Amino acid sequence: MYTFPNKLRNLAIAFMVIGFLGLAYGFITAPSTIEEAKAMVASSHGDGHGESHDAAPADSHGEETSHAISESHETSSEEHGTTSHEEGHDTSHDEHLFHQLSNKPWAALYVAAFFFFMISLGVLAFYGIQRAAQAGWSPVLYRVMEGITGYLLPGGIIVIVILALSGMHFNHLFIWMDPEIVAHDKLIAGKTGFLNLPFFLSRAVFFLTGWSLYRYFSRKFSLAQDEANDISNHKKNFRISAAFLVFYIVTESIMSWDWIMSIDPHWFSTLFGWYVFASMFVSGITAIALVTIYLKSKGYLEFVNDSHIHDLGKFMFGISVFWTYLWFSQFMLIWYSNIPEEVTYFMTRIEDYNLPFFGMVVMNFIFPLLILMNSDYKRINYFIVMAGIVIILGHYMDVFNMIMPSAVGDQWFIGAAEIGGFLFFLGLFIFVVFKELTKAPLLAKGDPYMGESERFHY
Amino acid sequence: MSNKVVHALYDDDDVLLSAVKTIRSEKHHIEEVYTPFPVHGLDKALGLEDTRIAIMAFIYGCIGLCVAVAMMNFIMIDDWPQNIGGKPSFSYLENMPAFVPIMFELTVFFAAHLMVITFYMRSKLWPFKKAENPNPLTTDDKFLVEIELHDNEKALKALLKKSGAIDVSIIEKPE
Repeated sequence: MYTFPNKLRNLAIAFMVIGFLGLAYGFITAPSTIEEAKAMVASSHGDGHGESHDAAPADSHGEETSHAISESHETSSEEHGTTSHEEGHDTSHDEHLFHQLSNKPWAALYVAAFFFFMISLGVLAFYGIQRAAQAGWSPVLYRVMEGITGYLLPGGIIVIVILALSGMHFNHLFIWMDPEIVAHDKLIAGKTGFLNLPFFLSRAVFFLTGWSLYRYFSRKFSLAQDEANDISNHKKNFRISAAFLVFYIVTESIMSWDWIMSIDPHWFSTLFGWYVFASMFVSGITAIALVTIYLKSKGYLEFVNDSHIHDLGKFMFGISVFWTYLWFSQFMLIWYSNIPEEVTYFMTRIEDYNLPFFGMVVMNFIFPLLILMNSDYKRINYFIVMAGIVIILGHYMDVFNMIMPSAVGDQWFIGAAEIGGFLFFLGLFIFVVFKELTKAPLLAKGDPYMGESERFHY
Repeated sequence: MSNKVVHALYDDDDVLLSAVKTIRSEKHHIEEVYTPFPVHGLDKALGLEDTRIAIMAFIYGCIGLCVAVAMMNFIMIDDWPQNIGGKPSFSYLENMPAFVPIMFELTVFFAAHLMVITFYMRSKLWPFKKAENPNPLTTDDKFLVEIELHDNEKALKALLKKSGAIDVSIIEKPE
């Protein structure tokens, strides 16, 4: 049995405390009136997001100006409807700015909460695939995966609470939740059959319930298999895993439309579900590798050899490339067709988020590609940890890029709230995951494939 | 130096693998192993050097990438700029996303084809070459181990029989 080391527990609690302070600071310093918002921008102009403005966008099209017009029209109509657009542009701009700045700590909280929830959901999918495929190499890692999916329920509840708070108008993350805006926006009004608060929240609860039920029963059968004389628990696990994967890929897609894409309800992309899936899958696999290497460095998991690490490294490499494929597919089609309502999504990202947008491609693609390409490097913990940390941070940036541009526009800044949010949920994640790891032996000794997995070598 | 060799025939890849390990642990020199299909782990059991084809694949891929960049720059920017979908045609960088599929494909194309050609050259294979395998059974379901002979016929034969060979024969190799 694994015991939660005090040092790690204290570290997790320290992360949570620092993160909480950062978040609290972010919420306190958020402007409460339009005048405050104006003053904040006036005083900090130039240093906050200056560099992202003058970095020329890679795809300045011929009709850039017309886009810029339709773009500003788009964003302002998102917040206020089209009525007050012509007259009083200044006041509407200030109000817009105020909404963006008051959204900022909420968005920071939401990005971090969703990101760590997404890691455990990605691990759950990976675990389900191992079970359904009856994988022979991975049973030695089952308990690590089960530990990480322990965060699914608490993390998911936090995300749903944030969604519910948005529904109660504590923030303006989801503009379609504001009936004022829907009344003046034909596009959103046409979507109210799907995007309405009761249906939205009941979907969220339904998804989380489904995932958690699978997690609960799979864990139960996995533990029961340890002491069993036959493999009936293993077979049950196989069956529910296959069913779960079908449920998962449908609900995960809808979840990504609901929780991320609907932040920008005018925009849509048909492969968005896959894109979010690739992101959560690669961060999940990376988290498995990092937790495994950590436990191994402390003398646990003596049955995990470097071939298992090698396989995790291959997955990190492969799914990083897969993520890039989807990222680029989504980008190129929209860039090429250049339809105003679609291309605004990438216009805002390239103009206002140039550094994070292209920086994350370096972190999520070029760096792992070059460092994990060599077969030998995938067996060396140092390289896996280095690549893993960059991948985790890179996919945090990915979620940041998905949520922030629609929530705070060009007022983004990686400050106290963002770092605090990341640290808070990192601390919570470590705390819950390692707590869960102490609850069962680290070797799922009853698994019929355990012998194969322990002897596994490449 | 004699050019006599021993040919030991096996009918199972697991038996072959353990036999190769015993033969090598008895300090006999294995010239070559002929198998009908790739046997996993045989290269390590034989103590062969790691292949360097991965390094060549990377270099070939880089060459393919450079060719794609140069080619698209010449075709679409220098030689005959075209207005496609209103995209500016006079800058490679601003048109780059459209060329990424071509860059990717040529990277793969160069890596794959040049890797195959490299493999053929290193294995001394070319069209219409006469097959080198000494026993046609190795193209069906048998495995053949070829060992150099140094006046140790009896001991070697006994060892091979013990290791599970179904047939052991001495062959005079024509030079």
